[in-house]
Amino acid sequence: MTNQSDYTSAELLAVMSARQLVDGQTVFAGVGIPLLAATLTQRLQSPGLTILFEGGVLGPFVVPGELPPTTNEQRCTRRANMILAITDVLLLLQRGYVDIGFMGGAEIDRYGNLNSSILGDPENPKIRLPGTGGGNDISSLTQMIVTMKHEKRRFVEKVDFITSPGFLDGGSSRKDSGLVTGGMHRVITDLAIMGFDEKTKSMKVEALHPGVTAEQVRDNTGFDIHIDDDLMVTESPTIKELEVLRHLDPEQLYTA
Amino acid sequence: MAQSYLDLRAATSARDRSLREKVMSIEEATSLVNNGDSVAIGGCTASRTPFAMIWALIRAAKSDLKISRSITSTEGDLMFASGISNHILTSWFSQGIVWGISKVMRAYTESNRARFEEWSHMSIGLRYRAGAMGVPFMPMRSMMGSDVAGQLDNLKEMDCPFTGEKMLLVPALNPDVALIHVQRCDAYGNAQIDGLQFMDIDMAMAANRVILTTERIVSNDQIRRSPDQTRIPFIAVEAVVEVPFGSAPHECYGMYEPFFSHMDDYASLTKTNPEQGVAEYLEKYYYGPKDWTEYLELLGLGEMLDATYRGRSIQND
Repeated sequence: MTNQSDYTSAELLAVMSARQLVDGQTVFAGVGIPLLAATLTQRLQSPGLTILFEGGVLGPFVVPGELPPTTNEQRCTRRANMILAITDVLLLLQRGYVDIGFMGGAEIDRYGNLNSSILGDPENPKIRLPGTGGGNDISSLTQMIVTMKHEKRRFVEKVDFITSPGFLDGGSSRKDSGLVTGGMHRVITDLAIMGFDEKTKSMKVEALHPGVTAEQVRDNTGFDIHIDDDLMVTESPTIKELEVLRHLDPEQLYTA
Repeated sequence: MAQSYLDLRAATSARDRSLREKVMSIEEATSLVNNGDSVAIGGCTASRTPFAMIWALIRAAKSDLKISRSITSTEGDLMFASGISNHILTSWFSQGIVWGISKVMRAYTESNRARFEEWSHMSIGLRYRAGAMGVPFMPMRSMMGSDVAGQLDNLKEMDCPFTGEKMLLVPALNPDVALIHVQRCDAYGNAQIDGLQFMDIDMAMAANRVILTTERIVSNDQIRRSPDQTRIPFIAVEAVVEVPFGSAPHECYGMYEPFFSHMDDYASLTKTNPEQGVAEYLEKYYYGPKDWTEYLELLGLGEMLDATYRGRSIQND
């Protein structure tokens, strides 16, 4: 058995995210926690999981201790099944070959819209962030799992700028805008696991991590979040999960 | 801003597309880039960046270049700070995730001295592809409903004439010049690219002229022994420049990985006072050296060997 002090919050994020993936899925992964989580689940329970990188890689094998710094370096291509052009790997999303898009987030709102472009007034930005990369395409075209730290300043009522669309203004607005597939599936934080209401498309808490209270989640969320009555409690990361994770990232580049 | 199809065809017809040698020095190649040109940059983030060519354009004090690239790393900082461009069209702009947000990009864009025109990754790819196909636009299904699309003025939505579905149309991008770094090519410009191709092939075929920099020049005979490996044909290429370590301090697949400690140093140099830091960097590495060899000497033999050792290890499996 492990207790909470045995792992970092980044490790908790990686483990909880990994458990959301299902064997046989094709997953578009960003670097950092998403890649770690996808690799973790591949090693532990889903050997048939296929990872895609937006740099143009299909089905690589990530070498422990050699995590790629971005999705566009040669390290991403280790023992891959195929290397293809960026445009073509992204078109796999549009064609429908991708089950899950998996990325981190800087700022998210009630309807799961993500902002990684601009903080403040878009006409006169307070902070210019790095931008969408493939994030917009991935979240426009497939089911998304987002993993991020649960903080009030990151969980806001309305993002300043929708970089990667969630359910836009809720209800059917995503479909109405022309995005007929995909949408936010899960948001995994260091406190809880969130899903989205089927009708309103508003974010709701589905499970809490061990030792976390509903109150804590409310206090760290910048909007009024619905909390399910039959709230589940997640299982602590196992020793096995943590061992594999630490083997993959021995220098704790992403899990410190 | 979109070039007419007939102009595009006329520019292509006017080029000498014969099987001819076009090897030149990097300084000579800069004369093929005019002030105000739209310039596409090959590679992606810290990979196969045509750094030697960008280095030469900065030294040649070009101006008003309108840059496009899939994802922009440090070269974007340097193009803003040197003044050769104040407009970069890209999907993501910072050195790389592990180094955080580029302070130089922030300093220039937040003060409105330069523009980071943000498009989604796939939309940039499809714009080059439309350019390469000789059609004026491509339909696509992402970006709709987002503010990425909302803040762009050259997008259109359209109901598909066959199915009635809502589609987003992105206009073709036919750059005046594409700068592409490859592992090898011949003197005519037949280029082979190992590993990740990024958007380079569409970009090359979309462009009005291509400047190739290459780790080495091989014979045309060698190209003809494996024509299936040719990714960019000589008919599209205007210049061939042989520049070993032409992507340094970024990566060139199978040859060298990024020069990580140099990139760490750059990040810390530009952290507290980005503008002063990047000015110092330009002075030391761009304006100071008398040639590319001296630039590489400044990067240092130790760094080069370390990056090479890591780069070649991809072949060790």
